[in-house]
This record gives sequence, C-alpha cells and structure tokens, in this order.
Amino acid sequence: MTNEVSPPVPLASSQTSGRMARFSEFWFYFSVNKGAVIGFAVLVLLVLIAIFGPLIAPHAPYQQYRDALLTPPSWQVGGKEQFLLGTDAVGRDLLSRLIYGARYSLFIGLIVVTFAMITGVILGVLAGYFRGWVDTLIMRIMDIILAFPPLLLALVLVAILGPGLFNAMIAIALVLQPHFARLTRAAVMSEKNREYVIASKLAGAGHLRLMFKTILPNCLAPLIVQGTLSFSNAILEAAALGFLGMGAQPPTPEWGTMLAEAREFILRAWWVVTFPGLAILITVLAINLVGDGLRDALDPKLKRS
Amino acid sequence: MFRYIASRVLLLIPTFIGISFVAFIFIRLLPGDPVIALAGERGMTPERHQLLMDQFGFNRPIWEQYFSFLWGVFHGDFGTSIASKRPVLADFRALFPATLELSICAMLFAVIIGIPAGIFAAVKRGSIFDQLSMGIALVGYSMPIFWWGILLIILFAGILHWTPVSGRMDLIYFFKPTTGFMLIDSLISGGKGAFKSAVSHLILPTIVLGTIPLAVIARQTRSAMLEVLGEDYVRTARAKGLEPKRVIGVHALRNAMIPVITTIGLQMGLLMAGAILTETIFSWPGIGKWMIDAISRRDYVVVQGGLMLVALIVMVVNLIVDLLYAVINPRIRVK
Repeated sequence: MTNEVSPPVPLASSQTSGRMARFSEFWFYFSVNKGAVIGFAVLVLLVLIAIFGPLIAPHAPYQQYRDALLTPPSWQVGGKEQFLLGTDAVGRDLLSRLIYGARYSLFIGLIVVTFAMITGVILGVLAGYFRGWVDTLIMRIMDIILAFPPLLLALVLVAILGPGLFNAMIAIALVLQPHFARLTRAAVMSEKNREYVIASKLAGAGHLRLMFKTILPNCLAPLIVQGTLSFSNAILEAAALGFLGMGAQPPTPEWGTMLAEAREFILRAWWVVTFPGLAILITVLAINLVGDGLRDALDPKLKRS
Repeated sequence: MFRYIASRVLLLIPTFIGISFVAFIFIRLLPGDPVIALAGERGMTPERHQLLMDQFGFNRPIWEQYFSFLWGVFHGDFGTSIASKRPVLADFRALFPATLELSICAMLFAVIIGIPAGIFAAVKRGSIFDQLSMGIALVGYSMPIFWWGILLIILFAGILHWTPVSGRMDLIYFFKPTTGFMLIDSLISGGKGAFKSAVSHLILPTIVLGTIPLAVIARQTRSAMLEVLGEDYVRTARAKGLEPKRVIGVHALRNAMIPVITTIGLQMGLLMAGAILTETIFSWPGIGKWMIDAISRRDYVVVQGGLMLVALIVMVVNLIVDLLYAVINPRIRVK
C-alpha cells in the first residue's frame, strides 16, 4: 500500500522507525516494573503450554487409569512416577488435565475479551460521538447491566441459555462489555473536540472515518489496560461458573469444573483441589501483573512521577 | 445539596424500570415457557399445563403481564415461589440478614486491615513492607475465592479443627431469631457457647469474602496516598515543621480517603457476587445460596424476584456511596 505513495521508501522507514521508537519507549517503562516482566514471562509460558499441550501432556486428558484412582503426587508416599501431580477420582492424570485446561482458560479469556471489547467499543464510540438520545439510550442500558452483580447476571443468563462453555462465554462477555463502553465513551468525548479531529472533519471525513480512524486510535491506552483486566476477570468468572456447575461441563478439563468435581474429596485428596486452583491463581496473577505494568507504561500521568 | 440528592434519586427511576424489565423478560426468554421449564424432563398433561399457565398468568399479553408484575413490585409483591409456595419477599427478608451480617464482617475485615496497610505501604514506599504487602494484595486480588475457601476449610477445619466446616451455628444451640444477625441474637440468648459458635462459624467466610475487597482497598489507599503525598500542600505542611504523624494523619489522609471511599462503595456492590460463591462453599443460608438453589431448581419466580431485589440493593448502596462522596468532597456538591 505505502509503495503507491510518491516517496515510498523514506515514508515507510520513518513510519517503522517511529513505531520502533514508540515500542522501545513503551518497553522501557514496562520493563522498569519487574513484576510485569515476570508476569509476562509466565504468561508466554502458559500460552506455549496451551499451544503445544498435546505434545507435552504425558497422558490423554480423558484417559482413566482404573488401577490408579486418587494416586497422590509422585513425591508423596504411594505416588507413582508416571503421574507427576497424581490422579483424580476416576484415575485421570492431573497434570495432563491441567495442561489441557490451560487451553480452555486462555481461549475463554481471549474470546470473551475480544467479543466484549468489540461490542463495548462500538457502543462507546457511538455514544460519545453522537451524544444526545443515542448516548442516553446506550448508557442507560449499560447502567442497567452494571446494576446487577456480574456473576449473578451471568448465572441467570446461563440458566436461561442452558449450562455450557459457549453460553457461559456469551454471558461473561455481556457482563464485562459495559466497562469498555463507558471507558470508550469518556475517551471519545475528551478527544472529540480536539483540533486534529476538527481538521479532519473540515477535510471532509465522514462520521465512520472520524469515529474509528481519527478518534479511536487515540483512545486505545485505557482500553488496552481494561482489556487485560477483563482478560483475567473472564478467566476467573468462567472458572467460577464452572465451579457452580454452570460453565464447562464434566468431563471437560476446565479448571473451575475440575475443582467442582474435586470438592467431595477435599479432606481425602488435597492434590485434586489444590492444583487446579493454583493453576487459575497463577494464570490470573500473571495477567494482572502484566496489566499493572501496562497501566504504568501507558499512563502518562504516572510516567512523570 | 438537596438538588443534588433529588437529581441522583430521579436518575434511578429509568434504571429501576430497566432492571424490572430485564428481570421480567428473562424468564420469558426461556425456550418453551416457564411451566414447561419447571416440569423439566417429567413432562405434564396438557390440562395441567393449561391450568398452571392460567394460574401464573403466563397466557395474558406480555405487556399486561409486565404491568401486573410492576404493580405487584410497587406493592411489595414479588411473586410466590413455585417450589416453596412462599412469597419471594418473605424468603428474601428471612435470608437477607445472613448475607448482610457476612458482608458487614467481610467489609470491616477488609477496611480495618486494608487502609492501614495501604497507608503504611505508601509512607514507606519501596520498603520491604511496601513490596511484600502489595505483592500479597495482588495475589489476593487475583484469587479465585471459591478455591481459597476450600483451602481454608482444608487447613483450619480439616487439619487443625479450629473452625467448623460450614453453616452459621452449631445445631445444639437454638434460639428465636430476633434480629436475624447471629452475633446479636446469640448474645441476647445469653448462652456463652452460642456466641462463640456464631463467631467461629463467621471467621472463614469473612476472610474469604473479604479477601478481594481487602486487596483492592489496600492498593487503592496506597496509590491515593502516594498521589496526595506529592501535593504542594503536603510539602507546605512539612516545611512548616509539622510532625510527620500530623502531616500524614490529617493533611494527607483526609484527601486520600475520597477515592478510597468510592472504592469501598463499589466493593459493597460487588460483595453480592462474592457472596454467591462464599455462601455456596460454606453452606451459608443467605441470599447467594438461595439464588443458586432457585436457579438449579428452575424456580424462575424466585430468580426473577431475587434478581430484582439484589439489583435494587446494589442501586441503593451505590446511591448512598454517591451521596457520601458529595458530603466528603465539596467540589462535587457545588457543581
């Protein structure tokens, strides 16, 4: 595309070097925060585990070893070497299920945030750009969604749609979406009357171009931070729904669902409850660490101090 | 101030109508109709189906159903539970004190630990205490509380036997619920053991429900304090030679508390969501468990009424927070 413009090479290179400079500035501020870097490393590791799960997992997640029910982790008395983290009540290898569970959790987070972000941003841009009755209507609806405790609303939605992973994802996306709408609206309102927007308007840009190409790219920083927060929230809520029996259904190796299945063994087999919860905690913690780092790096107010 | 309150209250009306509409429309969105959903896999004869449809009024036009629902709500009638045959409001009033007691204890736990920890972390910025407490706060903030509850049960109830596993009270104690708050009722009843039992049942649920608010409050207090400590008037106060305690305790703290109070208010609303999980783990007979049971029993009248009552409470709490905010922050009132 850029090659069609008359001075192609310098423009392209100046653009990329500008991008590189911006990225290296971002990375400078991001890497000051050691926690954020650790969180990022853990997150990359989790993504790799999720992608290469079938290659790493020592056993199939649904394979039941009937002669090894509730085997403790390998370092404990009675543990077996082939089951590093032990087995569950029907003899499935816990480690393998956890590895497959990473796929579910990260996938849930990704889809939910994408869906919530796209709908929320569109609604927020419309509300902030047009104001008037469009704004009132959209924001009233958002207020109504926000008046319900998120988990309760998601639960009721799932009860109506029917329990299951897909419906749980829709429900969570719906309850997370107002945050994006509010944030986008506020950012659009503060950008809307800036000179560059007016200039673009005078140059003949239409509504769509003004909304999504001129204004929106300048509102991205808070949205990225909110996106990471929602990512961890989505994983937590999906696990909570799974735990309450309304999310992914057994025998799916989703971490929350695994916890629900393990509840009756809490006093007999500590490992079946400890490890799935630990997996959720580590994942959510890593994402939140990255989120904190992103906020520090992207928030100009904090940068100065 | 009066105008501010009036405008805030007026703003609630459209939200309230929206909430009632959402709660109402939900059970009409069910595949089939609520009576079929109630029957589940057993099924029922067409005559009985017709009878129940007439009895619950599901045959009338949808707008008529909505207005009669709204009319009932304004008169305190949230319908009758299909399963227990008792009015939804009566069940709610009987169970709400349990949730309220737990929520208040959780919030007190969060505030009493969170605010001092946040202040101290900000004052000693970069110290080991700061890093450690903020690290713990981030872990708490990321905690899947349903798992946290199970871990605490394993440790304190299963291994150490310090606390009971679930419920609000040992079965050997029995007294009339006067206030509905176990702590108060057990004290009134006079039995020393009863009060002790109530406290020991409350400890773990309080910690579990209070964990996320505690983390959020500690983080928010720290960042609000840090911001205020960098302000000119704090430097002036220091330059005047005021002792550090007074600078932090009076000049800085007062202004730092404004965003913290908003955070506390927001957390109050979120407690209802946490209560669902906490009450499920500890078999705590409150609103959260009641709603979960209603959902799994397909008692949609309770789901509809309960959803509305919970949303109403969240709305009122948010209103109180907004008004409180105006009281402590004069800048809002003037606008």
